[in-house]
Amino acid sequence: MSKTHSDAEKAAGVIQYVTVRIAGQLFGVPIEIVHEVFTPDRVTRVPLAPAEIQGVLNLRGRIVTMVNMRRLLGLTSTGETKTAVGIERHGEAFGLVIDEVGEVLVLESAKREANPANLDPRWAELVIGVHRLSNELMLVLDVERALSRLGARRTAA
Amino acid sequence: MDELLREFLTETSESLDVADAELVKFERDPNNREILNNIFRLVHTIKGTCGFIGLTRLAALAHAAETLMDKFREGMPVTPDAVSLVLVSIDRIKLLLAELEINEGVEPEGSDSDLIEQLLAMAALEIVAPPPPVPATVPVPAKPVGMGALVTQSLERELLPGEVPLDELERLFRQTEVEVPMKGASKQKLPAAPKPAALPAPVEEAAKTVPAKSSGKPILVKDDEHPSKKDEDGAHGTPVAAQSIRVSVGMLEHLMTMVSELVLTRNQLLEIARRNEDHDYKVSLQRLSNVTGELQDAIMRTRMQPIGNAWQKLPRIVRDLAQELGKHVELEMHGSETELDRQVLDQIKDPLTHMVRNSADHGLEMPEERRRLGKSEKGLIRLSAYHEGGFVIVKISDDGKGLDLARIKAKALENGLADEAELAKMSDGQIFRFIFAAGFSTAAKVTSVSGRGVGMDVVRSNIESIGGTVDVQSKAGSGSTFIIKIPLTLAIMPALIVEVSGDRFAIPQNAVLELVRVKADSEHAVRRLNDSPVLCLRNQLLPILHLGRLLGLVDSSVETTEAEFENRLIAVMHVGNESFGVVVDSVSHTEEIVVKPMSSVLRQVSLVSGSTILGDGHVIMIIDPNGLAQSVATTSEATAANVLASSVHADADADQVMSLLLFRAGSEDVRAVPLSLVTRLEELSQETIEKVDGRSVIQYRGKLIPILVANGAPAEKGVGTRPMLIFSHDAQVMGLAVDEIVDIVESQLDLEIASTSPQTVGGAIINGRATEVLDVGYFLSQAFSDDANHLSSKAEQPRLLLVDDSPFFRNLLQPVLKGKGYAVIACASAHEALERLAADNRFAAIVSDVEMPEMDGFSFAEAVRGKLGMTDVPIIAMAGSNPSLAIQRGRAAGFTDCVAKFDRPGLISALQEFTGSAQGEAA
Repeated sequence: MSKTHSDAEKAAGVIQYVTVRIAGQLFGVPIEIVHEVFTPDRVTRVPLAPAEIQGVLNLRGRIVTMVNMRRLLGLTSTGETKTAVGIERHGEAFGLVIDEVGEVLVLESAKREANPANLDPRWAELVIGVHRLSNELMLVLDVERALSRLGARRTAA
Repeated sequence: MDELLREFLTETSESLDVADAELVKFERDPNNREILNNIFRLVHTIKGTCGFIGLTRLAALAHAAETLMDKFREGMPVTPDAVSLVLVSIDRIKLLLAELEINEGVEPEGSDSDLIEQLLAMAALEIVAPPPPVPATVPVPAKPVGMGALVTQSLERELLPGEVPLDELERLFRQTEVEVPMKGASKQKLPAAPKPAALPAPVEEAAKTVPAKSSGKPILVKDDEHPSKKDEDGAHGTPVAAQSIRVSVGMLEHLMTMVSELVLTRNQLLEIARRNEDHDYKVSLQRLSNVTGELQDAIMRTRMQPIGNAWQKLPRIVRDLAQELGKHVELEMHGSETELDRQVLDQIKDPLTHMVRNSADHGLEMPEERRRLGKSEKGLIRLSAYHEGGFVIVKISDDGKGLDLARIKAKALENGLADEAELAKMSDGQIFRFIFAAGFSTAAKVTSVSGRGVGMDVVRSNIESIGGTVDVQSKAGSGSTFIIKIPLTLAIMPALIVEVSGDRFAIPQNAVLELVRVKADSEHAVRRLNDSPVLCLRNQLLPILHLGRLLGLVDSSVETTEAEFENRLIAVMHVGNESFGVVVDSVSHTEEIVVKPMSSVLRQVSLVSGSTILGDGHVIMIIDPNGLAQSVATTSEATAANVLASSVHADADADQVMSLLLFRAGSEDVRAVPLSLVTRLEELSQETIEKVDGRSVIQYRGKLIPILVANGAPAEKGVGTRPMLIFSHDAQVMGLAVDEIVDIVESQLDLEIASTSPQTVGGAIINGRATEVLDVGYFLSQAFSDDANHLSSKAEQPRLLLVDDSPFFRNLLQPVLKGKGYAVIACASAHEALERLAADNRFAAIVSDVEMPEMDGFSFAEAVRGKLGMTDVPIIAMAGSNPSLAIQRGRAAGFTDCVAKFDRPGLISALQEFTGSAQGEAA
């Protein structure tokens, strides 16, 4: 799904990103895949689940699987769930737990630069490029890959 | 057109399924006019509809099949060849339909002239042989010609759909209709003909309405005279439609989802009402609740389908299979009206088919063999279904040869699913269940039908995925029965909401038998058998699962204590053949939960089968009873595998409470043996004792096992039965005949007096009386070692120093080592051993425990290497709890090798490696 989007955007030349902050680092998520931003409430932990899965919650009658992005990126989690970005993948609802949500940026896809070679391999798997903003760097999050990695890592675990 | 086509496809595939089944019946009973007419009509309808919507290729094929069927109606003898040909044609039609569905209404390229020619040839050929002297033949000669013409026309005019076929069709239908009253007129020949011929569409709903309308039959025949009637279906469509309509599955699914949501909302309201005591809306809410319940039931019923729908294809499959294999097979079906959720039905269709095929292929013998065995040549496969509780039970049984126990055992060994010792401890039922393991096929030869080793495991996982269970019973020579237990529905189920470590979970209620509160002093006490907690419930001992631990909510490294279970609730569950207790903190209430599937990234989480939203809006996990049952099975397997292990390990720790089996043998004195060392209790019929090579043996599970009495002597043949304890170690299995089993007690095992005779470990106070504790190792060595072993002079035996602080372990291991040809000198502490070594260092090897008081194994090894300067003697360490750690430290300390304390074979082989072949000398 995200692939076709990115194809369409390439043609247009610009991509809209919702920026999110995880452990101080700015990340961008393509706006089309973001369904909503919500405050997670009453998350039920799932026993025996991989650590990146914070749990599940009921969002207006739908069961949403909450993914702790800090843990997915190999960072220590504060355990707090302040904000989450709701996305949908193959008909399933996911919530990416992040520290805070920022603004919407319109960026030229041509200006996206490749991952620096020394980027932590754990991060490099989830990031498809870097945008240089005026005062900091924004990493473009590949949500599809992040979630599929979740499934793959599960079987390994 | 699209809509029409879709309808056509569903209708036709249903008709074809019916046709399949009917044809099989027809082959067996060719004189049954009614069946023949049914089939004819089915094919005819397909042909008609195909022509109507311009599917010329299908129409041509159906027509050719119809022509042949018509000949049968006229009295042409029905040969199996002909039936096969018609079946092949029907298969081709199915194939075309499938492609039609994929290609969205475009017929696939190609021609069926091969089949059509065969069909027409057969029809033309044999009509000459038995000329049918029926008045009804008058219109018939015209008909095939007319139809034949139609076929060629349509085939040529593929590009002009609709127009021409429609015209032709009308004419054809009129012909058919003319034919009906004509045949009806010749009442003496075909009295039944008009009735089925006037029947409406071959769809199920139509079939149901038939009996009710038999009185309306003459009117229908009159209707037929109207030339405007194009379609038989059309003529009777209205009354049928009035009683049942076709609704798409998607619509039903949607309704189901909506009702699920309604149930959820209702639950939420009820939850709110629970919290607020008095409210005006309580009555309305109650009403809403009832209506919701009824609605749920009703919607549920719309999803219900008779299981017969899943069986429909089976007669045909069995027939084809029987022909292919050269067997005679009869398929009996009972309870095909038993209803279950269509979602479930879809899921079990394939497993059922597979199992029936299996029964026909593996289960039933060849006719010659059956005759030889005095069975009827015709093998019977019986399918039956019925409701029981919230489940549907489906049984598939055959009267064939039954499962081959020996072969399953051999295969289980080969696949490494179990070792000899484990197999020896298993019941036949447990062994049969290996057929459900992945990659397990005992079929000696792979046929096109089965024997590829995929199958039963897939069957099992399919059935388990819908919360069902499958089991097998078998009796050699008289057949096997597969029993499938499946829930009626998957969407909504009653569940018990329990709390564990602060989290709530739903346990499907149909797996829960009862709730028990643990009280140490009551009859519902938790006991410990070989370190595993069990619940004493009435006369049962149930293994206990600690849900919090299983789910990783409680730190599992913390030892379980009896106190932990005190006053806790245990849900007694029964899944498959496993009964067990599940410890929970509390049980709040029961609720109708709507099952939501787990997210794909969580689907592999064992023990959790789905999630649900509770009335208070919380999401909770649904515990998978099958997962629990499996973990019971694995723990019990593990326990079985490590029976010696854990018991020895546990016994090594002083003051450990253990289960002891008390019995009397040879005298009035009570003797004891650790229960964990007893594989099984059996009744020994003394008539069956035989003598082989001077030893007493009996045939036990296809093996000869030695039988001893309590003083170590062989048991003598006698009359009557007496209890027998079965001990097993590796592949060695032996029986110990005793006089009476007294009791099973939990007691500390403190050996108060040392042993004076080889067959006991010593004396202990058990239940307040002095009791001899038997040395199982002695009996095993007695039963299996050659006498030469004991006669060989000690000087020739390699000497072994055994250092262990646990008397029990020393006494257990000594006989085993002796049996292997070593002279064993045992020391109770490292200090003692060092003293001994200082005086006498002619030892071939030293075997030492690692964990010992005062001086542990590592210091001991260092002392032997350093202070005593014995650098060459192999020292083998026996590590209790953490072998890997011990290996690391042990190497540094000077150990030659390190084996797990319970790993007797490992110890033996290590000894052999480091001391040379001691066994060779001994033997």
